[in-house]
Amino acid sequence: MKLNKVLKGLFIALPVLTLAACSSTSSTDQSGADTSNMPQETVQVETVEQVMSPAEQMRQKLEALRQENTIYFDFDKATVRPEFIETLQAHGAFLTANPSVRVTIEGHSDERGTPEYNIALGERRAQAVVQYLQNVGVSAGQISTVSYGEEKPVDMSRTEAGFAKNRRAVLVY
Amino acid sequence: MFKFIRNTLFLFVAVLSAQAQASLEIVITEGIDSARPVAILPFTFKGATLPSQRLDEVIAADLMRSGKFSPLASIKMPQRPQSAAQIDYAAWSREGVEAIVIGQITEIGIDRYTVSFELIDVLKGSNAASRQSLNAGRLGGSNEHILDSRETTINGSQFRQYAHRISDIVYEKLTGERGAFLTKIAYVLVNRKLEFPYQLVVADYDGANEQILLRSKEPLMSPSWSPDGTKLSYVTFEKRQSQIYIQDIYTGRRTMLSSTPGINGAPVWSPDGRKMAMVLSKDGNTEIYTMDIATKALTRITNHRAIDTEPSWSPDGKELLFSSERGGNPQLYSVNLLTGTTRRLTFEGEMNLAGSYTPDGNSVVMVNRIRGEYRIAKMDRQTRFLQVLTKTNLDESPSVAPNGSMIIYSTMHGSTQVLALVSMDGRFKARLPAVEGQVKSPAWSPFL
Repeated sequence: MKLNKVLKGLFIALPVLTLAACSSTSSTDQSGADTSNMPQETVQVETVEQVMSPAEQMRQKLEALRQENTIYFDFDKATVRPEFIETLQAHGAFLTANPSVRVTIEGHSDERGTPEYNIALGERRAQAVVQYLQNVGVSAGQISTVSYGEEKPVDMSRTEAGFAKNRRAVLVY
Repeated sequence: MFKFIRNTLFLFVAVLSAQAQASLEIVITEGIDSARPVAILPFTFKGATLPSQRLDEVIAADLMRSGKFSPLASIKMPQRPQSAAQIDYAAWSREGVEAIVIGQITEIGIDRYTVSFELIDVLKGSNAASRQSLNAGRLGGSNEHILDSRETTINGSQFRQYAHRISDIVYEKLTGERGAFLTKIAYVLVNRKLEFPYQLVVADYDGANEQILLRSKEPLMSPSWSPDGTKLSYVTFEKRQSQIYIQDIYTGRRTMLSSTPGINGAPVWSPDGRKMAMVLSKDGNTEIYTMDIATKALTRITNHRAIDTEPSWSPDGKELLFSSERGGNPQLYSVNLLTGTTRRLTFEGEMNLAGSYTPDGNSVVMVNRIRGEYRIAKMDRQTRFLQVLTKTNLDESPSVAPNGSMIIYSTMHGSTQVLALVSMDGRFKARLPAVEGQVKSPAWSPFL
């Protein structure tokens, strides 16, 4: 999954960046006899990579999680499809590691059926995500849900493809 | 810690003063040829300042929209009598006209008008006229051809309303059924181009006098009228969760009724106005409850792990109709509130949703799905005969007029969600497109 790659990239990148912060360069110390006519080359400025604080690391992970925060569902179904398990695992791991972070699960449906039935269906989809997150150890207190039913479609085309995009649960931090 | 503190004002209550331009127009799509021909004559006017609204036009439009009448176009009118005495009955008979409305407006002061009208039965009038000629010109005793005649005094702003009143009288005299032309509809208008995209709107039943009651940045759903027609209950997401509110349409006063975790949805007023049926998921599943509005005490009505939603009261208030997928697919059920006895009502079609009783209690109106098509249907409670009434696409939210003559619902026209009307026999159909935006969740008011 894309999300997992981003996360893995982050885990590899962090130690590298930390190492980079320890190294230093000494290119400013060259003899200047024949360079007097070229003052622009007498100095070279370099920067030190800042070590990320835990808060910043978390923010970066959150950014990555926000990139992949939508679970799609089949028509009239509220079962999490296998292809989204990895996404939910990443969110679950993050939430378990950061118990102070709260997430809202929004449930949505496509525009077929009635608004009231779709509110119930959206709620079910949100609950399916909650169930998964709780199973991997996220505390109930970190999660809230809201079902918007068919009221907030992302695709207004009312085509099969559009309907499929609208049948979703979104993890909102 | 990552949630913004949302103290932004998400909504803006506009009390009846904020009048938007009439944004619904009515396009009749089917069924005018089966209607009864009538004639609404232009009202004669005595005075200096012509009223801004033509009474005859509003009345003719009302009667045509009822699906039961076909008002004669003014160019086809054989004569322009000034009073009942001048009517040439034979000429109107030849046009097939069944009844004539003839009236006068007299300006009696500054912004004061006396309006009088008579509703005349052409067949009886023609008989009376022939008797009159047999009696050598003397007026033959009876006035039975005059079905109704009234006189009233109104001001300049009341013409449209009084025209609807005349329509009500004409409709009732000619059909024996109470007219519903003085009623209103509530609906939700969604225009994503606006800063407050979600608007709760009330308008006259014909879309005129549109008034915005609430604007919100978050969705609004499920308006339902109080039986006295002064308040609306609805669902708002202004706090990023669903909540049920009651709003007085005249004062703008809002009262929060329910804000439990999960769903707070589908509020529907009981016929006596004391209770609100609603859908909550606070106990885990989507269940139906009734709330005593005064005490906020809840009674749980359903208890099933399947989805139970869309409660609707029987006219006597003793039963609730609801949708449940306990049988696999969503179907309609009824529950007796005293005994708790639950019965399945619908068996035809892949799904039946959003059921409500007609005012006489004899039929149930619903959204029916057959072969993936969502249409408005009506089922007779005795015979269980189910009739699909519409041919439109993705129909939802049917709401029945208080006289049981019509159903208003939301449907798709092209890629836009619009309101549509269908008569209870399915023969007359009309569309009420908005000038801009999507229109949904219509709710027809009680008699006002």
